[in-house]
Amino acid sequence: MTMAARRPATQQPASFEWSAENQRWCDEQITKYPEGRQASCVIPFLWRGQKQEGWCSIPMMEAIARQLSMPYIRVYEVATFYTMFNLAPVGEYFVQICGTTPCMLRGAQDLREVCKKVIGVENHVSDDGKFSWLEVECLGACTNAPMIQISTKVGDHYYEDLTPEIFEDLLAKIRRGEEVKIGTQNPGRHTSDPDGENTTLTDPTLYDGSRAQPLKEIPNAQAPTPAE
Amino acid sequence: MLEDKDRIFTNLYGLHDWRLEAAKKRGAWNGTADLIRMGPDWIIQQIKDSGLRGRGGAGFPTGLKWSFMPREVGERPHYLVVNADESEPGTCKDREMMRHDPHLFIEGCLIASYAMKASACYIYIRGEYVDERNNLQAAVDEAYAAGLLGKNAAGSGWDFDLYVHHGAGAYICGEETALLESLEGKKGQPRLKPPFPAGAGLYGCPTTVNNVESIAVVPTILRRGADWFQKFGRDNNKGTKVFCISGHVNRPCNVEEAMSIPLRQLIDTHCGGVKGGWDNLKAIIPGGSSVPLLPREICDDVLMDFDALRDVRSGLGTAAVIVMDKSTDIVRAISRISYFYKHESCGQCTPCREGTGWMWRVLERMAEGNSSTAEIDKLLDVAGQIEGHTICALGDAAAWPVQGLIRHFRSEIEERINAYRADRGPVSMTSVAAE
Repeated sequence: MTMAARRPATQQPASFEWSAENQRWCDEQITKYPEGRQASCVIPFLWRGQKQEGWCSIPMMEAIARQLSMPYIRVYEVATFYTMFNLAPVGEYFVQICGTTPCMLRGAQDLREVCKKVIGVENHVSDDGKFSWLEVECLGACTNAPMIQISTKVGDHYYEDLTPEIFEDLLAKIRRGEEVKIGTQNPGRHTSDPDGENTTLTDPTLYDGSRAQPLKEIPNAQAPTPAE
Repeated sequence: MLEDKDRIFTNLYGLHDWRLEAAKKRGAWNGTADLIRMGPDWIIQQIKDSGLRGRGGAGFPTGLKWSFMPREVGERPHYLVVNADESEPGTCKDREMMRHDPHLFIEGCLIASYAMKASACYIYIRGEYVDERNNLQAAVDEAYAAGLLGKNAAGSGWDFDLYVHHGAGAYICGEETALLESLEGKKGQPRLKPPFPAGAGLYGCPTTVNNVESIAVVPTILRRGADWFQKFGRDNNKGTKVFCISGHVNRPCNVEEAMSIPLRQLIDTHCGGVKGGWDNLKAIIPGGSSVPLLPREICDDVLMDFDALRDVRSGLGTAAVIVMDKSTDIVRAISRISYFYKHESCGQCTPCREGTGWMWRVLERMAEGNSSTAEIDKLLDVAGQIEGHTICALGDAAAWPVQGLIRHFRSEIEERINAYRADRGPVSMTSVAAE
């Protein structure tokens, strides 16, 4: 699938409206950009709208276009270009498997098989509405491969250092409504540190406050500024 | 080997609190106002003297880039835009800096912006980094509340605003002009250069785009001195660098090391070696998916810096080291990278839009052996026609891994073709479409 091949769902809602809280959030966001540059808000607004509704509908794009004084087609263009915008409903838990080479080398394909078994066909919402899954491109957590991201209306978290067994267990826990640990699933790691003993950042003087002592002098303070 | 006392990112793994008070205790925001009072020319000269080269992939000298900005603010405001759209496969360093050491980074934004007379800075973070964005925003809010940002930022007399902006899943937005388009609310399609961002960037104003790591190391370089940073690495390749080592090693990790560290030492010291031992190594991609792979013979003694890797026809890129042992199907591994570029091509330039998909389809067949030796030359020819013929470097980035594969593993592809053909008899490939 290329970006251009993305199409909106055939079934669209009749309208879109911001929640009161999100409306306030929108008003605040616009102040981050210079006057007349409110179009800069289009990606953050579409993302917020997706969090509110679960996906980006045509009425939402139309509403955001009016809100930002943009032609509708410009909003549509953005919504279809950026692959994180879901143009059709997804599962309550939207599982995104990183399939790019660093994750592939460490078993991303096996995670796909788990998804097929537990959830079903790629990019189809499971019958209970709980899950859907998609293979995505590099999520930028390669030292903790293989990994996935699970998106819901309230958050988007990485789950790393997976095995098919751990992953299947994680999905089962989610289905039962149990809490799952975010981040690495390897008990020997904290984040992107190596498994087991760390080879760096073990010197206690880094953390004893000695680095917060006022600078005695600024190095090279007397360095002449060369002529341009 | 770098010692802990010379590491900049002392909370790289998030083992300590990232919040303001703890970050200050580790040395962040120490003497910031004094550094700023030294003036823009001094700051830029220090960064030039340090030898810092951009950490986002291209390795352009950071101080020199800053000096391209107009010396005085005219009718249009200046901007610093930080490229936190970390998406190069294999790369996951900026993520750790932003969520674990955000205050070093925010302090760097202030100092760099001041040096370029930018009173506002936008950080463009990739859309998928949601938890990281929330952490960074919380750190920015803390900095505002403590008077480190905003009016008279950190007591420097400089008024400065810092905003966190985000993307929504497009690798191409890591290209600086595509990033600016995206930040303006458009599709991320790269702009033709010139004009360069320093002349007309964000909203048509003078803009510098820098990688997170390039900015986050600035305060420490100024506090400890350009000559301190110069102590690490070979000439023209100075400083410390965060490496991301993934793939077939025993203990994958991020680690800050001295530039020019031997590749083998990096892996053996910090990653517990290659799975099954060094002799089980097949190839390594040393700088993110865009750079050509290196076979084991070259990995034996190559140094990890810009020039050493360029000399072996690869590159340091983002210093994302992807290790592949002998169990790897090397053609499929590169084919998956080709699929990535096909997926991420913005579609603006024909050689890239059409060529990335074509290369991927041919490689998928080659992985089966369903090809011919003549087609290997054809693939090389097409890769050469994509390289250098597009607006941005995504075309080059798509071509290089394919060229690297053929350069070093041509015989393996040929063996596969021969094995496939052995059962089926010779076929003329000239009439077979790429599909």
